[in-house]
Amino acid sequence: MNSDFSKMSCAEFQDRMAELIGSGEDLTAHPHLRDCADCRALLADLKTIAEAARQLFPSVEPPDEVWEHIESAIKRGD
Amino acid sequence: MSDAPTPTQSPQRSRANGGDAPAQGAVAAKSTAAQPPNAADAEVLARAQAGDHQAFAHLYALHKRRIYSLCLRMVGNVAEAEDLTQEAFLQLHRKIATFRGDSAFSTWLHRLAINVVLMQLRKKGLSLISLDEAMEPNPEEGSSRSFGAPDLTLTGTIDRLVLERAIADLPAGYRLIFILHDVEGFEHNEIASMLDCSIGNSKSQLHKARLKLRDALRAQNRQEARP
Repeated sequence: MNSDFSKMSCAEFQDRMAELIGSGEDLTAHPHLRDCADCRALLADLKTIAEAARQLFPSVEPPDEVWEHIESAIKRGD
Repeated sequence: MSDAPTPTQSPQRSRANGGDAPAQGAVAAKSTAAQPPNAADAEVLARAQAGDHQAFAHLYALHKRRIYSLCLRMVGNVAEAEDLTQEAFLQLHRKIATFRGDSAFSTWLHRLAINVVLMQLRKKGLSLISLDEAMEPNPEEGSSRSFGAPDLTLTGTIDRLVLERAIADLPAGYRLIFILHDVEGFEHNEIASMLDCSIGNSKSQLHKARLKLRDALRAQNRQEARP
């Protein structure tokens, strides 16, 4: 593994991406990304996907019947 | 308990990973670490553990939205998600006395719900890859696999239907980690605790899930670009 970030290959950078993304570090300032349009595009894609997924799945309430069924089952001793 | 929500009402407050707050940030740094329960929540939990039905109803009101949403996101079917939510809370009722506080209650409850969901997926045989398999490193799935020409990047908006299908097509293990982290906003240490895996494994599987989604979306883009 190349420890010099500015000389990282794309494969090396992408191998470490999972760790880097979870580190809380601002990846857009990463030396490899400054010089690599492909990896910048990859990171942008991953952000776009995550944001789109959150909008796709709004948090929703279960209908009241769910609690009624739970309560009935508890009373029956299920 | 005059200020307690009824089971069919939503609680007023919202706690990160314990309430109904939507996930914030995913690929970017997040700050959704589980908050310690406040004294009122701890008291409700203790009472529910002692068999107080009202307290259990209060717990349901506090957690129903997140558990139901997780079930719905995993199975994509309202009726099935309702059944799974019901089963998860019935299991909670049976097991709540065994909760010892080794992890946050919300994490423990999610773990319980996840097991209910996975059991259902296995029963249906819909899981193309089990959670265990998803946790195993696959040398053929290096990240460079997803690497491609910049003209094929996902610029602009993503088609909702295409993304929905791509997420539904993810192996269950990948889908679960993607939903828990990128949609629900759980941290890797919480996911590792829920799924009995290492934090590194959680990060690695999430990354693979995202890359698989990118592959699927790019494939769709390529298809649409064909004359």
